[in-house]
Amino acid sequence: MKIAVASGKGGTGKTMVAANLAFTLAQACDVTLVDCDVEEPNLHLFFPAPVTATDVTVPVPVIDEKTCDRCGKCGEFCQYGALTVLRERILFFPDLCHSCGGCMLVCPKNAIHEVPKRIGTITYATPLPRLILVSGYLDTGNPHAVPVIRAAKSATASDNLVIFDASPGTSCPVVETLEGCDVCIMVTESTPFGLHDLRLAVDVADRLGVPSGIVINRSDGRDEATLDFCTNHDLDVIMTIPFDREIAAIQSRGDLICRVSPEWQKAFSALYVKCRALGGVDQ
Amino acid sequence: MIRLAVISGKGGTGKTMITAALAELLPDTLLMADCDVDAANLALLLDPKLIRTEPFMGMKFAVIDPAVCIGCGECEVHCRFDAVHPEGNVYRVSPLRCEGCAVCAHVCPVEAVTMQPRQTGEVMYSQTKRGHLVQAHLVPGAGNSGLLVHAVKKMALEQDRDCDLFLIDGPPGTGCPLISTISGVDVVLIVTEPSVSGLHDLKRVAAVCRQFRPRILVAINKFDLDESLTESIRQWCVEENIPLVGKIPFDAAVIESVRQGVPVTRVADSRATQAIQILKANLEQELKHLGNQR
Repeated sequence: MKIAVASGKGGTGKTMVAANLAFTLAQACDVTLVDCDVEEPNLHLFFPAPVTATDVTVPVPVIDEKTCDRCGKCGEFCQYGALTVLRERILFFPDLCHSCGGCMLVCPKNAIHEVPKRIGTITYATPLPRLILVSGYLDTGNPHAVPVIRAAKSATASDNLVIFDASPGTSCPVVETLEGCDVCIMVTESTPFGLHDLRLAVDVADRLGVPSGIVINRSDGRDEATLDFCTNHDLDVIMTIPFDREIAAIQSRGDLICRVSPEWQKAFSALYVKCRALGGVDQ
Repeated sequence: MIRLAVISGKGGTGKTMITAALAELLPDTLLMADCDVDAANLALLLDPKLIRTEPFMGMKFAVIDPAVCIGCGECEVHCRFDAVHPEGNVYRVSPLRCEGCAVCAHVCPVEAVTMQPRQTGEVMYSQTKRGHLVQAHLVPGAGNSGLLVHAVKKMALEQDRDCDLFLIDGPPGTGCPLISTISGVDVVLIVTEPSVSGLHDLKRVAAVCRQFRPRILVAINKFDLDESLTESIRQWCVEENIPLVGKIPFDAAVIESVRQGVPVTRVADSRATQAIQILKANLEQELKHLGNQR
């Protein structure tokens, strides 16, 4: 079963939900937890453990200046403006390149080959006997998050029970994370900001055919607008976490409420059962 | 004109709340842009009057004509984005996965693939009591949010190039929307919070900003939720020679103001408002200093 945790709005508690769910499940079965918020990965802060790392690379073109006759076909073809052909030489802008391989295909002289360029890393850790943590890190200053997410996901493709912690937002990094998941836990807060962004995030999950269940975090009891939205859109609220300074303090120092309190482990076990039902996964 | 972007690295630290409050407190008419195009929230606090909407065209994407496709599969073989799959005897492109590279159109032996324009969002210009506001709406799931950020900034600058201050509410993260937001800005205000995640993400986003050379400032929101982590952030700022220009306490008035759809500074004399007034005064000093250097 593949479970994504997403939100639209940032800072609603995605990482907190993903980490506590993984911690709880790892008491009884093998779990893989994947940090797909590769721009700002945080899960490792809650599971300190030694890591091994591998580089994530993408292929980028190298032009053999001796063979190249500056015909300009590659520059004309590149849809991203990553190649500019001048009379004497060719300028390549690696941050604009999407690694599509088109320039190499269109070059009539076969003057282009590809070399790997590092854009990030994937780390692996085993912080609990039955928990594997896979974290994607986009190199700072690199704009292309999606290939790092793809690499982190494909490293866990054969695992049975996987939890993916998504980035905030609703664009391509979130699509990459949600695709192929059985269910998505949407973490929200009961403010107009939370609701506005929840609406957008649920729309993305719908377009991908991934069913959503709603977790209301930091509830101060005034959840009417969120509850109305859920009723109108036939969405189940599968957990409500109250606002509590003690919970905030546990989270801010990098601890887990399930590590501190067995009561919360029960609540997260119940959340998992609801996820299975929503995802249509047999017991 | 000074260009100031409010950013955070970590999401949900209070960028939009602080941007709206600064918009209320700073003098003169402002140029404002919401560059969090995935999930734009600034308008929810500024009561904008929509003036006009323009379509945003992202990259073209590939469309396979099923009547022409012979099912050879060359497109699938060459697609690096896993966007082409068989559907019956022909092939189909997934619009959410297609990055518009046009390789499939190039390799198709029967010219069944065309690159077609698509609207992936819209850019909206509004007027508010505090000045011009440009924001965007990205079609959920669409790509090119960096390009859309660029379109938002461009439309904003077209409204008034003589404004003293261009105030930008930025996106979370460090990837293409963030890089597009901070390129060309003079000052970034990084809003963080006292948590291990907040500090970790502050360090990463500051590292990205350093590659673009704006003046970097930091404010800590909800600083009293963990005073020892607030101290760690303060020490880090000292080591990095980054001015800490504000510390805002946790205050229920903030959530109340968001629910009312107004900047927190409209809620009479809250602790958060007092702290943001100090932040604003420090910020004005920094902006003045920057203006004098020019």
